[in-house]
Amino acid sequence: MSTDARPLLEVKGLRMHFPVIEGVLRRRLVGEVKAVDGIDFDIRHGETMGLVGESGCGKTTTGRCILRLEQPTSGQILYDGVDLATIPRKELMAMRRRIQVVFQDPYSSLNPRMKVGEIIAEPMKVHGIEADREKRAARVRELLQVCGLNPKFADRYPHEMSGGQRQRVGIARALALEPEFIVCDEAVSALDVSIQAQVINLLEDLRDRFGLTYLFIAHDLSVVRHLCQRVAVMYLGRIVELAESDELFDHPLHPYTKALLAAVPVPDPSVEEGREFHPPPGEVPSPIDPPSGCVFHPRCPIAVARCKEARPDVREIRPGHWVACHEVH
Amino acid sequence: MAALLEVRGLHTEFRTGAGIVRAVDGVSYTVDEGETIAVVGESGSGKSVGAMSILRLIPDPPGRVTAGEVIFAGRDLMRCTDEEMRHIRGGDIGMVFQEPMTSLNPVLTIGRQITEAIEQHRKVDHAAAEARAAELLHLVGIADPKRRLKQYPHQLSGGMRQRVMIAIALACDPKLIIADEPTTALDVTIQAQILELMRALTKRFNVALIIITHNLGVVARYASRVNVMYAGRMVESGKADAVYHRPRHPYTIALLRSVPRLDRPRQARLDPIEGQPPDLTRLDDGCAFRPRCRFAIEACAKSRPPLQPVEEEEHLAACFRSRELAGLVGEAA
Repeated sequence: MSTDARPLLEVKGLRMHFPVIEGVLRRRLVGEVKAVDGIDFDIRHGETMGLVGESGCGKTTTGRCILRLEQPTSGQILYDGVDLATIPRKELMAMRRRIQVVFQDPYSSLNPRMKVGEIIAEPMKVHGIEADREKRAARVRELLQVCGLNPKFADRYPHEMSGGQRQRVGIARALALEPEFIVCDEAVSALDVSIQAQVINLLEDLRDRFGLTYLFIAHDLSVVRHLCQRVAVMYLGRIVELAESDELFDHPLHPYTKALLAAVPVPDPSVEEGREFHPPPGEVPSPIDPPSGCVFHPRCPIAVARCKEARPDVREIRPGHWVACHEVH
Repeated sequence: MAALLEVRGLHTEFRTGAGIVRAVDGVSYTVDEGETIAVVGESGSGKSVGAMSILRLIPDPPGRVTAGEVIFAGRDLMRCTDEEMRHIRGGDIGMVFQEPMTSLNPVLTIGRQITEAIEQHRKVDHAAAEARAAELLHLVGIADPKRRLKQYPHQLSGGMRQRVMIAIALACDPKLIIADEPTTALDVTIQAQILELMRALTKRFNVALIIITHNLGVVARYASRVNVMYAGRMVESGKADAVYHRPRHPYTIALLRSVPRLDRPRQARLDPIEGQPPDLTRLDDGCAFRPRCRFAIEACAKSRPPLQPVEEEEHLAACFRSRELAGLVGEAA
């Protein structure tokens, strides 16, 4: 899945398998959770790439591998040509200045004992930039302002703020090192509807202002469609479909993507009245023992015999539209 | 015909260190037999506290229902004894909560938890209760009910646990089920399965359903009537069609506009509600939405607008300017 312009990030054959260990006295390996099981995608400079799927599909683990919060089992994560999967620790530190993260939960991702100003200044301290206290404080005030918060909030503690304000603090912290790439892991999912729209707009403004590239990991399809240029749909550790956002939402090809889109209720009673849909039967199988062949086949309405046996390759069905399904041509 | 449930002037307060929080501040509505209504609102709007108050499940202290009547099938639940309430909860009124992991007892089998509910409320022997439990699991779409009855909650997936919760809620042929964010913790495809199941079963057994949610899509798909809550009050109420297509409260209008939608072309930019939700310990006499409202006028600061009828039948809005809004916003939402 590559393009002519050299991408900022290339993920190739990424696998992240977690060992499952049982026993207290004699510990033995009883299996592996195949959280991410061989995925490829790239992200271009200035692009917002969406990663969607249900819990356990591996979208968060993918983000954590890119951030090197996990050591991938195999595969390459080429960031600006450097493989983050094998990069030595010292160089990783330098890379982390360029790659930042915004987490889902604004309650647990901010240290409750630190003031907001200290939280935002911490990355600068760690990386030894803006050594001068005064300058650092000025930078914190500037970052707060950029994120739509009153600079006076620097003296507050996280518990004195609302969820939306806290998420803005998390974003300000991510911006402190002037990164070029931000992984947003369910960054707006925990927020109330009215606040969610504010934070989405902020993320868009920052993208335009600082030329940021985002990997936007989320389960809310309508938010992903709004924010992302391209979207990859994951199911049980694999990418099942990847396309330009409009193409994916207007012409979904993979049966799982179709089921996912049909399951989302639209806030309009007359639209809903006319919609007939049947949610896919069953539940997501365990990633310890995923189904053979295509992992979606037990729930798939169009599965044929071959789907049980052979894992479908991710094929380019239309220009830029990649699908992993035997039955899509 | 009298309504199955009639809530009149419900007030619930919490005494906190920061002051008194009027979590529910004068809420009135009705639910007819077999009807599905939705209560929507954001965190802190009082939607869950309102439901808990109906069931008399507000912990005291710090909470207290300070005023109001809840007439259910002819009786005022606020005047029932604790003993009577125990018969009503899980009997005529079933409950489904958000987090099936915390609302099921982790050390009891699924079977024990369902039969317990049946034996509490019906004079049946254990064998009959067990047979009924298996029947209920089958009803909520759990395959191999005999085996499942012997399992513990942790052996079930989130979607299955929610199916078990629905089975328990249905165990004693309730007239009403109160479902508080029943699918919020679930994935979209599982959410769709659970909601379809609830819709099918409530229709089949003519059970009324109050569904409490923040998800505007869920409301649109499943509810015939909607109550919109903000800062402890109902700001708008009416048939789903009217509330979604002709909203008459600025909060409802803004809420509907702030969500990105899959059924519409992509917008250049979202239209959020500016500002923060209010601090409930510091509400003044005016309309609580006023600081975030585009249409606020002087009168909004002086007193709280009462919930009053707008053009359509059964459509109420608590805004001084609700009648003008149609002209002010054009095609709303």
